[in-house]
Amino acid sequence: MPKIIPVPDELSQPFWDAVNERRLVIQNCTACDKLQYPPQAVCQICGSSDWLEWQEPEGKGHIAAYIVIEDGRLNRRMPDQPYNLALVTLDQDPTVNFYSNLPGVPAYEVPVGAAVELTFEEVAPGQLIHEWRVVE
Amino acid sequence: MTSSNDFQWRRDQDGLGVWEHRGQVAIAGYGHSPVDRRWDEKNLDTSLGAYTIMACEKAMEQAGVTIDQVDGIVCCDSHIAGGSGGTASQWAPRPYFDPPYDSEYGLTLINAQWLIDNMGFKNVKFAPTGVPTIGEMVGMASQAVGDGVCSTCLVIYPTGNMEGRYRRGGENADDYARGARQWTVPWGNHGGNDFINIFPHRQYLMKYGGEHEDLVHFVRNQHKNGMLTPWGYNATHNIQPISVEDYIGSRPILNPLRIWDCDRPVNASAAYLFTTSERARDMKSQPVYVLNHSQHNFRFRTTQPDLDEVEMWTDRQAARMYEGAGLGPADVDIFNPYDGYSIMTQFFLEGFQWHGVKRGEALSFYAGDISVKGPHPFSSSGGNLGNGRTRTAMYTDSIEQLRGTAGDRQVTVRAETALCAFTTPSSGGWLMLGKYPS
Repeated sequence: MPKIIPVPDELSQPFWDAVNERRLVIQNCTACDKLQYPPQAVCQICGSSDWLEWQEPEGKGHIAAYIVIEDGRLNRRMPDQPYNLALVTLDQDPTVNFYSNLPGVPAYEVPVGAAVELTFEEVAPGQLIHEWRVVE
Repeated sequence: MTSSNDFQWRRDQDGLGVWEHRGQVAIAGYGHSPVDRRWDEKNLDTSLGAYTIMACEKAMEQAGVTIDQVDGIVCCDSHIAGGSGGTASQWAPRPYFDPPYDSEYGLTLINAQWLIDNMGFKNVKFAPTGVPTIGEMVGMASQAVGDGVCSTCLVIYPTGNMEGRYRRGGENADDYARGARQWTVPWGNHGGNDFINIFPHRQYLMKYGGEHEDLVHFVRNQHKNGMLTPWGYNATHNIQPISVEDYIGSRPILNPLRIWDCDRPVNASAAYLFTTSERARDMKSQPVYVLNHSQHNFRFRTTQPDLDEVEMWTDRQAARMYEGAGLGPADVDIFNPYDGYSIMTQFFLEGFQWHGVKRGEALSFYAGDISVKGPHPFSSSGGNLGNGRTRTAMYTDSIEQLRGTAGDRQVTVRAETALCAFTTPSSGGWLMLGKYPS
């Protein structure tokens, strides 16, 4: 079943435009030298928007933990149940994390601690989302 | 009417020192409605409005206060569970009834103005709008009374539930993810404290050891304490404590989170009467004194809070509360943290170091004697897990323990201070109560 489709807003439009080009971009505050995701109007450290820029991090991460969604509340995802929901930390800055359904990994067979790499998945015609797959 | 933002009342910063009104504000009464599983949308005697009026009348009766003496009402819009999407629920339009039930207010929503109009309060001068949840409302009322904004203030917390699977409608039925949900929902996170806490809980087990199933001791103890709480859902519906086997075999929700790790949504209302300590001494029932209130609203640094963040947040909550109350962990007799999901409570227990419990020690603590008659009567209220999701058991039990009126739940250890909360690791508030004002 298809996943739920993100609706970009003014702040997130550049992010999703990049994802649709199969690129991951996240905000970086050049003053604080701090990456942040999801995007915010200001840097979460200095509170300024003046030094925020989009940066393309290396698409490498690790699986920190996972759960299996057995009885979630999202109608569109119910046929997928049970499915994995993993927490992926970005190698470049492990305080930045992402969700992943780990495409190709059966439910409950998640290799916690394993390396993952960026991939993309189409959720609607012309709309991709960022995903992560286990590095073999 | 004033709004909550018009009144600078929060104690939500580190290092604020001892609360300036410590011991000068008291709770003089409380009242509970019956706790039903759902409202049937037909019987007006069991609507949230009727139940809220009942709770207010009980609280005033217990304190010996008349309607004319009430000059403050702190009431948030109800928090609806049921078939739609929580606070975003759109129950209207529906067939309505005769006044005062001729709109959604009184049925599934309650606010101060509806109560003023329908209960006959004539002298209310403080009735803010945009009021947060009870975790903060008790602090707001404490500060308002302490500051002299009002002197006799009802805090009212309705929580509603109606037919339908829990939050299966509204935005959760949408094919699209808008706003903040664009960062969580495409991967299956529907949002809520279950998701906020389940990942830190998994990391907790990996870091400190133990199994998820070790929570069964805590869950069972909550059920036992709930059966000792005469007004709660479990006691009034004879919901006997589950067995270890029941727990282990129960339906997974967000595995390892099981159905018995989640509280039961209910339709109920509760009210508390806050006043000055000076006035409370002449009221009908024994007052308990507010020694501090504190709030927090920590921002997520990224998609999902992790264990490090949750531990840091709860450490800061504890530091703020203890500093403001002028007390430390060893001074707290009664400890009623929030348990809407069983997986979050250990973070509070360890952050506040109640009975010396340090990081990583909660599960072994749960396996010991945490019964109300033992040396470590943890969460003597039974919380939400033992009483239904009223989010008020923590407060009422704390009052009763300090008064010595907790009946079969009365602890055998000293009961002179009590710490209680409705909070998540990231947002909410704490309240420290004392049997004595100083």
